[in-house]
Amino acid sequence: MENFETIITLRNIKRVFSMGQIEVNALARIDLDIQHGEFVAVMGASGSGKSTLMNILGCLDRATSGDYYLEGVHVNDLNKRDLARVRNKKIGFVFQGFNLLPRTSALENVLLPLLYNRDLRSRDLKPKAMKALDAVALTDRIHHEPSQLSGGQQQRVAIARALVNEPSLILADEPTGNLDSRTSIEVMSVLQSLNNRGITIVLVTHEPDISLYANRIIELKDGRIIRDVLARQPRNAAADMSRLDKDKVGTPQPGSEPVTET
Amino acid sequence: MKLGNLLKVALKSMLKNRMRSLLTMLGIIIGVASVIAMISVGEGAQSSVEGQITSLGTNLLIIMPGSSSFGRIHRGAGSLDTLTWDDCSALTSQTGLIQYVSPVVRVNGQIIAGRNNWYASILGVSDTYLNIRDWKLEDGMFFTDRDIRSRRKVAVLGQTVAENLFPGQSPVGARIRIRNVPFTVIGVLEEKGQSATGMDSDDVVLAPSTTVSYRLSDGKNIGSIMVSAVSMDVMDETQAEITAILRRTHRLHEGQEDDFNIRSQTEIAQMATDVTGTFTMLLAAIAGVSLLVGGIGIMNIMLVSVTERTREIGIRLAVGARESDVMVQFLIEAVLLCMIGGILGVAAGFGIGYLLCQAINLKLAINPAVVVLSFLFSGAVGVFFGFYPARKAATLDPIEALRYE
Ligand SMILES: Nc1ncnc2c1ncn2[C@@H]1O[C@H](COP(=O)(O)OP(=O)(O)OP(=O)(O)O)[C@@H](O)[C@H]1O
Ligand SMILES: [Mg+2]
Repeated sequence: MENFETIITLRNIKRVFSMGQIEVNALARIDLDIQHGEFVAVMGASGSGKSTLMNILGCLDRATSGDYYLEGVHVNDLNKRDLARVRNKKIGFVFQGFNLLPRTSALENVLLPLLYNRDLRSRDLKPKAMKALDAVALTDRIHHEPSQLSGGQQQRVAIARALVNEPSLILADEPTGNLDSRTSIEVMSVLQSLNNRGITIVLVTHEPDISLYANRIIELKDGRIIRDVLARQPRNAAADMSRLDKDKVGTPQPGSEPVTET
Repeated sequence: MKLGNLLKVALKSMLKNRMRSLLTMLGIIIGVASVIAMISVGEGAQSSVEGQITSLGTNLLIIMPGSSSFGRIHRGAGSLDTLTWDDCSALTSQTGLIQYVSPVVRVNGQIIAGRNNWYASILGVSDTYLNIRDWKLEDGMFFTDRDIRSRRKVAVLGQTVAENLFPGQSPVGARIRIRNVPFTVIGVLEEKGQSATGMDSDDVVLAPSTTVSYRLSDGKNIGSIMVSAVSMDVMDETQAEITAILRRTHRLHEGQEDDFNIRSQTEIAQMATDVTGTFTMLLAAIAGVSLLVGGIGIMNIMLVSVTERTREIGIRLAVGARESDVMVQFLIEAVLLCMIGGILGVAAGFGIGYLLCQAINLKLAINPAVVVLSFLFSGAVGVFFGFYPARKAATLDPIEALRYE
């Protein structure tokens, strides 16, 4: 079901931050093509330009020079209003810090992008939000506020929010950065299942373990791509999850659920 | 975003910060309340002054002794007694524009009836006085021209006097003593109610002008003369005619100043309403300043709110809000704060106005235009003072907003 058609094309992208006299070349020269349905992990040291790249891909920031095509549309030509529309309908964001609205229920957080989508009728909004929450297995937590949810659950709400407008691209900047390893795998399994449904995913991570779930790994250094490899056999997060759970049951730990056999 | 959703979002964020919203609104509430209270009390005063004066009759002219230069005293008080009986009869013999003429001789004094006594104004007037004032009798009869000529000691009591001297019984036929002079009560006036200025027009005794003048006073001069014109349309002509007659009887040469002045009720009404109107405007202006201060309070809080919610704005922009969406959201919030403050302010204003009117015995005037106006004005305050914070919110850089701690 993978449809190898180019979704992202970057040509000679540069991003220069000037702070007074000093100029920082956050992105020195990026040429990149990403096909529909790919799961790309972007790696690299701190300060290598990963977030800068994601912000440009997500139409939150503009390149200093170079061309960006998103699904054939030349993003450089779009005005602010068009960019807002692209962010709303074509792209879903997942952040390291979750970035949910505080004191606002999971359902309302997921509804948020729908409210800014002018093509929907109001009675379709809630079913769509419920569907997205169902995709991240959170239908039993819809009235919980972020402070009442675990980190993994919060990130799943954020993912539901990212996918609610049925975007073709999900951008995740260190989505597992604040999570323990088990919860990280849980989030990766959600992302993998979305990828299996055809959504293109670009994910930034520091952790080599996490990048193993992607089918393509790109490494940045000083604003350039220094490595771009396809993974022959990505790990399956769902399988890793169930293996982890089985281990846990096999070796009971204090505080975990009581096991009946003695 | 659709308007309904925007309203919902704005309401929700207000409810999340209930205390702060209330305190923010307080400025507007106080501002609007004071505007409403001031204007409604002021208008109440104005309309009651107007009402009182039109109830006197608008075809009335009052001739007072002294120069027409209003408020300027340039003669001794004694020399102000320039109106005489001759003036009165000269005016009465004139039949063109003048309908009725009555001298008014005013004396204040103690009235005794049996064991009761009362202090009131005694007006010595002619038999046409009731026609001039458009007053009516409730009981008994009024004195006649013959009573006046024979200086009979008869009196007609106002309601207040009657009730105080003869509680629960009819005074007609009873004998009273005014300043120790015995009088017979021949009639009682209909109740006219309290006037706006707090003057009780029922607290009066009417008696023949000659009797009051010769028995209760020194019999020389007349305090004032009340004249009614045949119609309201000929007030100016009537005034000119009176002036001509009086100048003749007073033997004033050309170029000499009048030693009397004539005032119409409309003139007095105009003056009174002008004064209360100016006063109302002044109060409203002061109240308006507090509305302005309230608006600045709104702006201050909205700026704080924008800073506090920087990350929220970043999130909204990231999921596809346009600049205009964010702008409108914050504007609506400011306007809503002001409008709700406005509604509460209008209610509070009328409450305060009602209490004030109760205290000074006025009828509260509820002017719908003022309500609508102050409501719209508070909305405008919201737009005006919400604009800058809303713009600030809308033009935030999404990346920086998302990173904001
Ligand atoms: N707004 C900015 N102004 C100035 N310099 C910036 C700005 N944003 C990023 N930079 C600089 O650009 C370079 C790349 O930053 P970027 O945030 O993309 O790194 P990163 O790879 O995401 O790092 P990390 O792994 O720590 O998140 C850094 O040197 C950073 O200091
Ligand atoms: Mg980063």
